[in-house]
Amino acid sequence: MENVLSITTFIPLIAAAILAIFLRGEDEAAQRNAKWVALAATVVTFLVSLFILFDFDPSNTDFQFVEERQWLLGLKYKMGVDGISVLFVMLTTFMMPITIAASWNVSHRVKEYMIAFLLLETLMLGVFMALDLVLFYMFFEAGLIPMFLIIGIWGGKERIYASFKFFLYTFLGSVLMLVAMVAMFADAGTTDIPTLMRHVFDSENFSILGIHIVGGMQTLMFLAFFASFAVKMPMWPVHTWLPDAHVQAPTAGSVVLAAILLKMGGYGFLRFSLPMFPVGADVLTPLVLWMSAIAIVYTSLVALAQEDMKKLIAYSSVAHMGYVTMGIFAANQQGIDGAIFQMLSHGFISGALFLCVGVIYDRMHTREIDAYGGLVNRMPAYALIFMFFTMANVGLPGTSGFIGEFLTLVGIFKVNTWVAAVATSGVILSAAYALWLYRRVVMGDLIKESLKTISDMGGRERAIFAPLVVMTLLLGVYPSLVTDIIGPSVEALISNYDTALVDAHSATQVAETSH
Amino acid sequence: MIQADLNIILPEIVLSVFAMMGLLGAVYSGKDKMAGMLVWFTAALFVALAFWIGTGNHGTREAFGGMFQDDAFARFAKVTILLSAAAVLVMGQEYMARRGMLRFEYPLLVALCAVGMMMMVSAGDLMALYMGLELQSLSLYVVASLRRDSVRSTEAGLKYFVLGALSSGLLLYGASLVYGFAGTTQFAGIIEAADGHAPIGMLFGVVFVISGLAFKVSAVPFHMWTPDVYEGAPTPITAFFATAPKVAAMGLFARVVHDAFGGIVSDWQQIVALLSVLSMFLGAVAAIGQRDIKRLMAYSSIAHMGFALMGLASGTAFGVQAMLIYMAIYVTMNIGTFAFILSMQKDGQPVTDIASLNMYSKQSPARALAMLILMFSLAGVPPLVGFFGKFYVLRAAYDGGLAWLAVAGVIASVIGAFYYLRIVFFMYFGEEGEALDTPRSPVLWGMLMASAAIMVVGVINLFGIEGMAQAAAATLVN
Repeated sequence: MENVLSITTFIPLIAAAILAIFLRGEDEAAQRNAKWVALAATVVTFLVSLFILFDFDPSNTDFQFVEERQWLLGLKYKMGVDGISVLFVMLTTFMMPITIAASWNVSHRVKEYMIAFLLLETLMLGVFMALDLVLFYMFFEAGLIPMFLIIGIWGGKERIYASFKFFLYTFLGSVLMLVAMVAMFADAGTTDIPTLMRHVFDSENFSILGIHIVGGMQTLMFLAFFASFAVKMPMWPVHTWLPDAHVQAPTAGSVVLAAILLKMGGYGFLRFSLPMFPVGADVLTPLVLWMSAIAIVYTSLVALAQEDMKKLIAYSSVAHMGYVTMGIFAANQQGIDGAIFQMLSHGFISGALFLCVGVIYDRMHTREIDAYGGLVNRMPAYALIFMFFTMANVGLPGTSGFIGEFLTLVGIFKVNTWVAAVATSGVILSAAYALWLYRRVVMGDLIKESLKTISDMGGRERAIFAPLVVMTLLLGVYPSLVTDIIGPSVEALISNYDTALVDAHSATQVAETSH
Repeated sequence: MIQADLNIILPEIVLSVFAMMGLLGAVYSGKDKMAGMLVWFTAALFVALAFWIGTGNHGTREAFGGMFQDDAFARFAKVTILLSAAAVLVMGQEYMARRGMLRFEYPLLVALCAVGMMMMVSAGDLMALYMGLELQSLSLYVVASLRRDSVRSTEAGLKYFVLGALSSGLLLYGASLVYGFAGTTQFAGIIEAADGHAPIGMLFGVVFVISGLAFKVSAVPFHMWTPDVYEGAPTPITAFFATAPKVAAMGLFARVVHDAFGGIVSDWQQIVALLSVLSMFLGAVAAIGQRDIKRLMAYSSIAHMGFALMGLASGTAFGVQAMLIYMAIYVTMNIGTFAFILSMQKDGQPVTDIASLNMYSKQSPARALAMLILMFSLAGVPPLVGFFGKFYVLRAAYDGGLAWLAVAGVIASVIGAFYYLRIVFFMYFGEEGEALDTPRSPVLWGMLMASAAIMVVGVINLFGIEGMAQAAAATLVN
């Protein structure tokens, strides 16, 4: 299949169009049809995407399955994947059927709900495959629209505030990136990502309004991209939209947000920030590393104090994303391998944790931790699954959470011991909040009157968790499944990065001696 | 010689003659019985002329010793003006008929206004410029107060007239200064007189001319009339204000600064850049507090003019191209949005309160979806076509060495996104209130859907306007 990437990307969009055009009415049957169409579309997308995975050649560090067509203004419609992006594509196609299945109980405007999620899948896949700056930006930014609607229409009580905050926060971040993209376009004369990765952007120091800018244009462009990706990640201190968005979003929205949308930031760092602006990245690495370390410790402490389960998991997500940025900017094999691994594993684990909250929220309609307690007495299967993912979140060896954290910590230890020391303390804190959450919700005696009749998970719910459990365990005991695929591409990325730094350094020295 | 000249301005002559004949016919037949038919007929004529002008490929021609220019730039602007005017005429017909406002003068005044606008974008001389501008403005003053019995409409007309006269005065004063220092009113002569360096008196003239033009495009700080006129005028007229005259004024703006003052780009560039940044921010910030959708659209148009001016501020051919593309996209979005506003009514009365849109998506999902697409497109969110308009002008500004303007523009667009989102919020997240009527109007429905569809489908290649705009810009900037 030649156009396998385009086909994968646009299957959900076609399904959404079919739903929009042909499905009429709001009755029981129409709702069921909408759900089945959406589920079928996402499953088919997953199956088609398996072709990408099987035909992918890990030893080739170039982009594969490349498609290219001319577009406006010298822009191109260009898609392709390499070792860094291919697994994010798989993560997306893997998580979407689960997300749809998890929304089986939605009864309010089901058709629109499914359309929004299908649209979102197309856009997310596009982000990971786009090989043209503006095409990337379009997919990246367009994802805001369905997510805005998902939070705003199907969200909780404070959904309006959360949806506006989500939209405006992320929009502000990305428009700055747009300006940097325009600057890159003007500088390099192309928006082709592989070409831009080889293009050397000017890194000579200069001053604007009396402020001396080390690294010149590269630093400015890096900062513009950073504004976008840091908000998307999200990194401390621009993470405040995430807890609000998570708490107000419907369960499936939270799952997509945590499992996939947050990964766009990390992917962006790997695709743009490091390869295109190595000098800028190098200049700002200490800042990013300390921001990550602060994120890990600070948000873990904040998580300890939460009363709302979703908010707690949201803060834990921010902390885990701290490991990711730390690993990426360690800029060595372990660090970046670990960061990608951590992103994938966090996709499964945090997705599963939000689903766990969804299971009891569907029954009790509250996310207050105090409203629960002793669930193990009536929900043994739930207790087991929740336990498993809590442990994975803590980073228990044998689960995928451990590999990611460990690799990033190894990576950072080589670069900056102090950051590593601070970050490692986050591991302990994460154990504290996760286990304490588990203790308060699941353990103890069942004394709450309202919980006396709660029922354990049904067949559909168990089926949803099964693939997530399998993936978490599989990657935990056999991590080279992932590292074999990403390894060569990451290696190429690092060697390019190091070469570019050396070149820039010697260029500066030449410039200095000639003065 | 005169034969060739007349040949070049044949479309304008046809339109003028049509307007005169229509006037005579309607006066003798009495009453406004013909008005409905006349609207359709005028619109059809507009479309036919647009087709005629658009397909005619005559290169660059001059008439009357350079007073009148017929080039790709003028043709692009004329086609946009005529098509949008036709769309707005057709859209407003029902609304006006139902409220007894459909007088035969309306389509004819619009036709005369169109002649004025065509003259503006073709002007090759300060006199021709002023003639076109005044013909357009005088028609607009009248249509703004078309609803004679309404205090607000007459107030809007009067306000527009007084301020418009002031701006015409400014422009005329500037033109006379330019004439005084250049010794000619012809653009071709002015550009020679001001090649690279302009005497201080002429710079004063340039500033006044630009101020007058800024009033017409409603750029800050000459925007004060816009919200009041938009709100006070009958909605179909507002729709007209928001579309064709804006294109004409931007076209004229581009022509004057490039054809006449193309030698002193760096002198006017800063002025235009300042107008642009002020318009973008004021438009974005002031719209936040608005509850009336027409006032909101007024501020939105101010902000959009800021973006279009950003393209112009770059002072390059690409900037003009970006501006033309931006205007074409802007007009399309506004036609759709006003088609929606025209269909907003409760118990047969028009409503313009945004809050009345509560849960509109439940009531008519298709319209709400189209409006959602238009709002996101106006906000410049990809993948909708509105984003490309922004992308072009940003690129132009950056290439023109105005990176700060590009940064300011994107920040303003984030602030501006808020109020477009608010409309979406009312339609989709609001609480259910009293529902609006669901008027059966195939024309409005068609315009709304077509405009929304263009915003989505246009992503593929912008319907090829990129190349046309490029050719148009190339003839203007050498």
